[in-house]
Amino acid sequence: MSAFRLDAPAGLWIERTRPVNFTFNGRPLSGYRGDTLASALLANGVRIVGRSFKLHRPRGILACGVEEASGLVDVGTGGRYTPNVRVTLVPLAQGLAARSVNCWPSVGFDVGALSGAFAALLPAGFYYKTFKWPSWGWFEPAIRRMAGMGRAPTVPDADTYEEVATRADVLVVGGGITGLTAAVAAARAGAATVLVASGARLGGGLAWRDNSDVRELASAAHAAGVRILSRTVAFGIYDHNLVAACETVQADGDPGPGAPALRERLWRIRARAVIAATGAFERPLVFPDNDRPGVMLAGAAEKYARAFGVACGRRVVLAAGCDSAYTVAAGLRAAGVRVEALIDTRAASPASEAARDLEVVTEARIAAIAGARGVRGCTVQSARGRALSIECDGVLNTGGYAPAVHLHSQAGGRLRWLEEESMFVPDGAAPGLTSVGACAGAFARAAAVSHASEVGEALARGRVAPPAPLGGVGRCGPDAQGGAAGGARGKRFIDLQNDVSADDVALAVRENYRSVEHLKRYTTTGMGTDQGKTSSVNALALLGAYSGRSPEEVGTTRFRPPFVPVTLGAVAGRRVAALYRPLKRLPAEAWHVARGALLENFGDWCRPAAYPQPGESLEAAAQREARAVRASAGLFDGSPLGKLEIFGPDAAHFLDLMYVGPMSTLATGQARYGVLLNENGTLADDGIVARLGPEHFWVNTTSAGIERTAAAFEEWLQCEYPHFRVLVTPVTSRWANVTVAGPRAWEWLAGAGFDPALSPAATQHMTLHDSALGGVPLRVLRVSFSGELGYEVNLPADEATGLLARLWAQAGAVGGVLYGVEALQVLRVEKGFIHIGTDTDGTTLPGDVGLARGIERKAANFVGRRSLTRPASRDPDRLQLVGLTPLDGRTVLPVGAQIAGRAPPATIEGRVTSSFMSPELGRPVALALLARGAQRLGEELNVYHLRREIKACVVRLPFVDPQGRRVHG
Amino acid sequence: MMLLNCPWCGARDEWEFVCGGTSHIARPALTASDAAWGEYLFFRDNPKGLHRERWRHAHGCGQWFNVVRHTVTHQVVSVYAMGEAQPAAGKAPT
Repeated sequence: MSAFRLDAPAGLWIERTRPVNFTFNGRPLSGYRGDTLASALLANGVRIVGRSFKLHRPRGILACGVEEASGLVDVGTGGRYTPNVRVTLVPLAQGLAARSVNCWPSVGFDVGALSGAFAALLPAGFYYKTFKWPSWGWFEPAIRRMAGMGRAPTVPDADTYEEVATRADVLVVGGGITGLTAAVAAARAGAATVLVASGARLGGGLAWRDNSDVRELASAAHAAGVRILSRTVAFGIYDHNLVAACETVQADGDPGPGAPALRERLWRIRARAVIAATGAFERPLVFPDNDRPGVMLAGAAEKYARAFGVACGRRVVLAAGCDSAYTVAAGLRAAGVRVEALIDTRAASPASEAARDLEVVTEARIAAIAGARGVRGCTVQSARGRALSIECDGVLNTGGYAPAVHLHSQAGGRLRWLEEESMFVPDGAAPGLTSVGACAGAFARAAAVSHASEVGEALARGRVAPPAPLGGVGRCGPDAQGGAAGGARGKRFIDLQNDVSADDVALAVRENYRSVEHLKRYTTTGMGTDQGKTSSVNALALLGAYSGRSPEEVGTTRFRPPFVPVTLGAVAGRRVAALYRPLKRLPAEAWHVARGALLENFGDWCRPAAYPQPGESLEAAAQREARAVRASAGLFDGSPLGKLEIFGPDAAHFLDLMYVGPMSTLATGQARYGVLLNENGTLADDGIVARLGPEHFWVNTTSAGIERTAAAFEEWLQCEYPHFRVLVTPVTSRWANVTVAGPRAWEWLAGAGFDPALSPAATQHMTLHDSALGGVPLRVLRVSFSGELGYEVNLPADEATGLLARLWAQAGAVGGVLYGVEALQVLRVEKGFIHIGTDTDGTTLPGDVGLARGIERKAANFVGRRSLTRPASRDPDRLQLVGLTPLDGRTVLPVGAQIAGRAPPATIEGRVTSSFMSPELGRPVALALLARGAQRLGEELNVYHLRREIKACVVRLPFVDPQGRRVHG
Repeated sequence: MMLLNCPWCGARDEWEFVCGGTSHIARPALTASDAAWGEYLFFRDNPKGLHRERWRHAHGCGQWFNVVRHTVTHQVVSVYAMGEAQPAAGKAPT
């Protein structure tokens, strides 16, 4: 197929009989089933995959796994589009469309690359130092456009995500040989064991080498009952051993039109003990122009050859600071890749001596790379001063290993530095988490496997795990400064994704950045999607070298979740669209919709705002409905009203402690309006309290306040008054509320067959009556939020539609209408009734809204009472509730408009809180909070809204029926 | 996310609970001074170490209970019911 595809047996994982077509930047290409996007691009000879973040230098693929720093693409189209993914993790799928990030207009010719020509002008902290005047915000849009990493999707995700919670005695993270061994040992010792493995195949690094042991272990794991979750990346460990992992369910590209596919599954695994077996990353060498396409990690190149049958170059040079390069060289040659030379930074060693058939140059470094758009050759500088030029199309390098200590560090584990191996390893176990294998610093296979087995069994039995057998990788190094020799030209990169070079670290040190945390933020090294997996150790080794400290003294930055980027879809799971915030719905919703209800969301509830006639606006409908309620009668669904039943011998005493007004003095069948405060004295909620019996009360709260009121009652009962014999039972969804209000309300009810004992002549305002209609039990409250004769009929929720229909059949006889929340608001403002949270705020005391009457006569130390006597509570300048009406008699005052002596900026004296045109009065009415409002009756004020001035007058409340005669019918 | 041991329902994830802040704060009488009342309303210790606090199993049994928790490690040292005697002030294992 291409010159970069190697012959079998190289290519263990690909199926050469099953070609797969895909596109890269619109160009049609082809690979095999089993390829990743990275291996397919390399097989096609694609070297430049994208442009770098800051300098827009051409970049290729660096690695073969999760640590990939520069091979970033946007994948997919429309609703199946993911920006900024690493090419190494994308399984090749038929029709897959990938695009480079960070290039405009194209990856081959990039305007931003001009910034590369001015690289000397873009050192660490360049933005912080330069774009200060007039403000960063002035430059930000242009810089962000230049610096973007991928493009955000523009349409909603077409697929679905889900979340699963499970638990384990022992959770093993990592499907390599030590992870499998630990899991088998734990399961055999009787522990419920779960193993998560990031790849589709078990075996880790052995999966593409000699995998006979892996097959054996995998079947042992199945036999022992280990639950294995493959293609699942554990990205974070949180409090009390909660491990979060993301499983790729639908990875194979576009599943085609039709039902959405389940793409990812988020696992929340609570484990008694966690074993990390996450392996190690290769650490690159640092040398001039080490970011050129064709410069890759050595181990990655071997994996591309063995697993995918792809040569990362036809003639390669290996540059090494550790022994593993010799194994890589042998592997590559066996697969058919020509290794021109192996450049070892170290002195001659047994490994170099043994490699007799290989051109080995010891104590040497890569001094230069030829080829800006792809490696064409390199210059080798040896300690003996000999310079050597080698033609090659790939420079594969490795400086040693960086154990993947991320989970250990997240769990609060400490690290220590091994000088010989040049790596940070866990300093013992972390709380709840023990590391095994390479991530523990145990590289000798036999010792690591036997340690893993001991750890698995010990943790399964609740015993302390033995310490890890460190070492086995040989001497690495000497240090990360490889190529720092003076006079070298070309940038020596540490962090390819963020374009951070050794010079940037040197500059930071010159500017006295000492802490590695500061270095990270100043230079941006270790940020981005790879989070420094290949760069962090080199960065802090350089920081140490430039500031005369060892890496141990410098320390590492704290590792934080997530270990890999996690899609927002996986985090959101099913909590999207209608399930993001499920609405509460009326039991009779369908009936209202059939009558033309315009449903809107009010807090948690979806309910009728009004019932507009054809061509009628919401506002006009509300005016018509409110007018009809005052003229004849209206029918309103008040089911969302909060409802509690309070039982027990201490119920009356308890309510006295909760409410500002006395409730124990209510006789059975009586109702009273009450307000609830918090301990700070401010209004929390209000509503009707009625007595059903000596030890039984009916409590209404606002629709929005029921949850917090019920919770507050419970908290007081359980935490402050545990000796009280009181039960609080929320019954909001059990009882529907059908309200009939207006001068002809009783006529309407009587016509529908209600008991004549409920007539206005036979009952009083503010009373509660047990009744029944057609065998349905009713609790009928004679109360009013409109100022008109009102009946609130509470009945079992599933009877609501029946009663509404029964009443509606009689509406014509009394000229009755349906009215919604908007008309209700108009009616209550005409009456000067407040709505908590609208006409009050977090500072409003009961006295500010005229609800402090009778407190002095009350004995109980009710909630918030003491706060009402603080000096601030008695301040005469407090905001107080007033009525406002515009002097012109026409202009509806905007809600939120400010009251001030002159046009703002000026001292604000108050604000409009509720405002409507009054259909009853034919002029606008408003409620407002106004400083010293109670003493300013008749005063003319200026109301300001968006630079408009409206003259208004403070008037007495209520606007309608000041004598309150209408409630009696 | 912490794992809290509700005395009535057993170990459950933190998101089933709400935290009500410091436990064992005595509510002053109506005759308390402004200073004492202000202390009760607004002033709380913010210890680095063990903290007695109350939690409600809001998405479960609805019951309040007390927890002694280390504010740095989030280790829960003990759980006890409302009205139960406070366990002796212990030290969190480090």
